[in-house]
Amino acid sequence: MTKVYCIGCGVVTPVGNSPETVLAAVREGRTALRLYQDTPEPYMASLLSREGFSGPSFLEHIARQAAWSAIVAAGIDPAGPRVGLVLSTIKGNVEQIGQADVSLAASANRLAQALGVKTAPLVVSNACISGLAALLQGMRMIRSGDYDHVIVIGAEVQSRFIVTGFQSLKALSLEPCKPFDAARDGLNLGEAAAAMVLSATPHSAAEIYCSDSFPKNQFSATNAWELVSGAVRNDANHISGPSRTGEGSYNALRCVLKGVDPEELAFVNVHGTATRYNDQMEAIALNRAGLQNVPVNALKGVFGHTMGAAGILESILSMYACDAGIILPTQGFSQMGVDPAVNVSEQERKTDKMAFVKLLSGFGGVNGALLFRKGGAQ
Amino acid sequence: MKHVTIPSGASLPELYRQWAGDYPKFFKMDTLSKLGFLLTEMLVAGEEGRFTPREDRAVLVFSREGCLANDRHYAASMADFPSPALFVYTLPNIVTGEIAIRNKYAGETSAFLMDGLNQSLLWDTVRQSFQDPVTQSAIVAWINCPSDTEWEAQAWLIERNDLM
Repeated sequence: MTKVYCIGCGVVTPVGNSPETVLAAVREGRTALRLYQDTPEPYMASLLSREGFSGPSFLEHIARQAAWSAIVAAGIDPAGPRVGLVLSTIKGNVEQIGQADVSLAASANRLAQALGVKTAPLVVSNACISGLAALLQGMRMIRSGDYDHVIVIGAEVQSRFIVTGFQSLKALSLEPCKPFDAARDGLNLGEAAAAMVLSATPHSAAEIYCSDSFPKNQFSATNAWELVSGAVRNDANHISGPSRTGEGSYNALRCVLKGVDPEELAFVNVHGTATRYNDQMEAIALNRAGLQNVPVNALKGVFGHTMGAAGILESILSMYACDAGIILPTQGFSQMGVDPAVNVSEQERKTDKMAFVKLLSGFGGVNGALLFRKGGAQ
Repeated sequence: MKHVTIPSGASLPELYRQWAGDYPKFFKMDTLSKLGFLLTEMLVAGEEGRFTPREDRAVLVFSREGCLANDRHYAASMADFPSPALFVYTLPNIVTGEIAIRNKYAGETSAFLMDGLNQSLLWDTVRQSFQDPVTQSAIVAWINCPSDTEWEAQAWLIERNDLM
């Protein structure tokens, strides 16, 4: 089967706008989570500054910014006839509902136009696993043989619509969230955009085009990260609560780990929303998949739940962490709060392994797993 | 390859009584989910081994508007008391979950949005989804319901061999 590589990344987050600066921020324990009071009830969230922004859509603004960073890093021409675009977002421009066409398809069209992409864009909106499902869709487009490069963008902005909805479900914590912790009491919402350029070849044209003033692309040539395999599975159980047996998450893990020795994995970067049910469900799925000893980390304590961006943002940071020889800490975790236990990485740890699994779950009963591996390591 | 449609404006409670009748959760669903649920009932009625849990059937729903009709209902409730019952349907993929739950489909479920029914993009995406080696068949639906009374709703039951 055709191999699929990540040859360029871009991120827009409240703690930095390049993978390198965001990685450094996470290592330093920085977060933008704070309490906001602009809804009837307060909420803790990690939001981007709108300072200096004017335009019809902040969502599309940050999505473009992340995509351009990834395109420049990859050194591809987005207007090429064999370049595809996949957008991952859950609520898009929903804050403008009733005032504008807030369809996700319209956002994808405008993004394609702004980036110069000539092929028809596709939106993947699979609740909280959207980012991972979009990466999987990009992989499949490359493997179909119809595309040389696929730009996969994940973006989410918060609004009264989303905040009051999660409040109505009693899913939000008023404190910085505590993934997998005994005292966890809900999630925080977050804003971010993240993008990857996927390619059938590990070569990055950036090496040729970029002058010294451009940041050197670390995914170039011989050391590109490979997106090895991905799977999406449904719990077939409940639309807004995870399976008690971790069914879909376990099935997704089982698919991507077929023939893979868990010893090869540096870590599993879990969903870890810090709701009671999600983290417990993931612990069961990880144990069922034989991953109870593999280090586990979650990044929601830094970024909150960035929804459509989460799968891509958290995968990018996981690649950069592996490249730096580390497993990122799980901000907010201090005492094991799931049973059966998993090997939560509380503090930063060293690793020399070059493979990891990204895991996500979401409403609608969806679960996704994606295996990343670098440079033929096995 | 089996294909079914629900004409715009058809009475969904009537279709429910005709094709299902034993699943009162239907009445809690948004229009997008109701249409997806009914299309699937029409496709798999009488299928041998129905309701036996299976991982080899994917559910792939395509749309332009997604769940925006329901989003407007939720937005209206915000002014008064935000409704959790409406909020859970503010995701375009809930319809795929409803179909999975009803039919015990534990395989892939995905919601895709595109700017109008683009047949080549839709079928390319379906074909690509069969790269998952477990998937042997798929419920594929195009459901676009800008309102609760007007829609385009059609679905296909595709076997892996149909695409070869």
